[in-house]
Amino acid sequence: MEKHVVVIYPHPDDEAFGASGTIAKFRHEGVPVTYLCGTLGEMGRNMGNPTFANRETLPEFRKKELVAACQVLDIELRMLGYRDKTIEFESRDEIAEHLKSILEEIEPSLVITHYPDHAVHPDHNALGAAAIEAVKRMDTSIRPTVWAQAISRTHQEELGSPDIVQDITPFFQKKMATILAHESQAQGVLGGMNNNMPNDDLEAIAKERLGSEQFYTWKFS
Amino acid sequence: MEAIVTEQVQDKLDSFLNKQVYVHLETTNGAYASHFDDQAYNVGAFIRNAKLIYKQARIVGTETAYRVGLKTDIGWVYAEGLSSWEVDEKKRLLMAGHDREGRLMVALQISETPFNY
Repeated sequence: MEKHVVVIYPHPDDEAFGASGTIAKFRHEGVPVTYLCGTLGEMGRNMGNPTFANRETLPEFRKKELVAACQVLDIELRMLGYRDKTIEFESRDEIAEHLKSILEEIEPSLVITHYPDHAVHPDHNALGAAAIEAVKRMDTSIRPTVWAQAISRTHQEELGSPDIVQDITPFFQKKMATILAHESQAQGVLGGMNNNMPNDDLEAIAKERLGSEQFYTWKFS
Repeated sequence: MEAIVTEQVQDKLDSFLNKQVYVHLETTNGAYASHFDDQAYNVGAFIRNAKLIYKQARIVGTETAYRVGLKTDIGWVYAEGLSSWEVDEKKRLLMAGHDREGRLMVALQISETPFNY
């Protein structure tokens, strides 16, 4: 059993879409989980549907939604205070040291983050790379395992199949509740995934696309 | 935000004439544009808290796509595709254009005080 799991993603809702089924599974087993959330999604384009936020009020909405989502998942939340869409321009070294200091305090047995260069959004790639760098700098005696999540269209082709495949069907309701806690984003993101289904059937869209969560165990050389 | 009413926005633009203002200008089609459509390119630009003084401002256009241009001593700022606006509680002029799904595509915002980091 894991001792403590730390999830490191840049945006409020990355945890919901990316790993909330896995997080729910860990919480069900009694494992403590901490989410280190990089930004408040200040530059998000989804403003709710119908629109209820604007560029200046969006961070406040997304902060409240993030807190609510973490309550749904029953996890600890720490906000890292970076700004949306700028993480790749920050010093990789500084972010890695920042993350390392938190990881050394928590001493998790597992870290979940994005797979650098296979996570589509520049913030995902940059924070994933910084998280892996942070773990790499830790003393091997306390170094946690890293599960990296790849979502690029080419990841299977380039990386092979992920070695961790979590069937999260038993925790699907929890995952949906977590996604829906991100009210300003849920409709827009799920709607964007819609291929053939009506836009309003969010649960059907989510089940089709989000029934399993997959990760690659990072190999430190 | 409300649908733009040209005269009201023009009045607000004029209220900032010859004052030092802070401008947020942004356009984006989202970081996932080419992920969901391999024919698409990701494009975007933003500048936050550009400090300037404009001596002329005009809003032009029709109900779905207004353009706003600001003329400074040595240059211009403009945005296209604006459709919504509001003056918020800090007296800032917020203007934006959204796509059919309500996603922000363009924003032009003017304030006498800096926008939050």
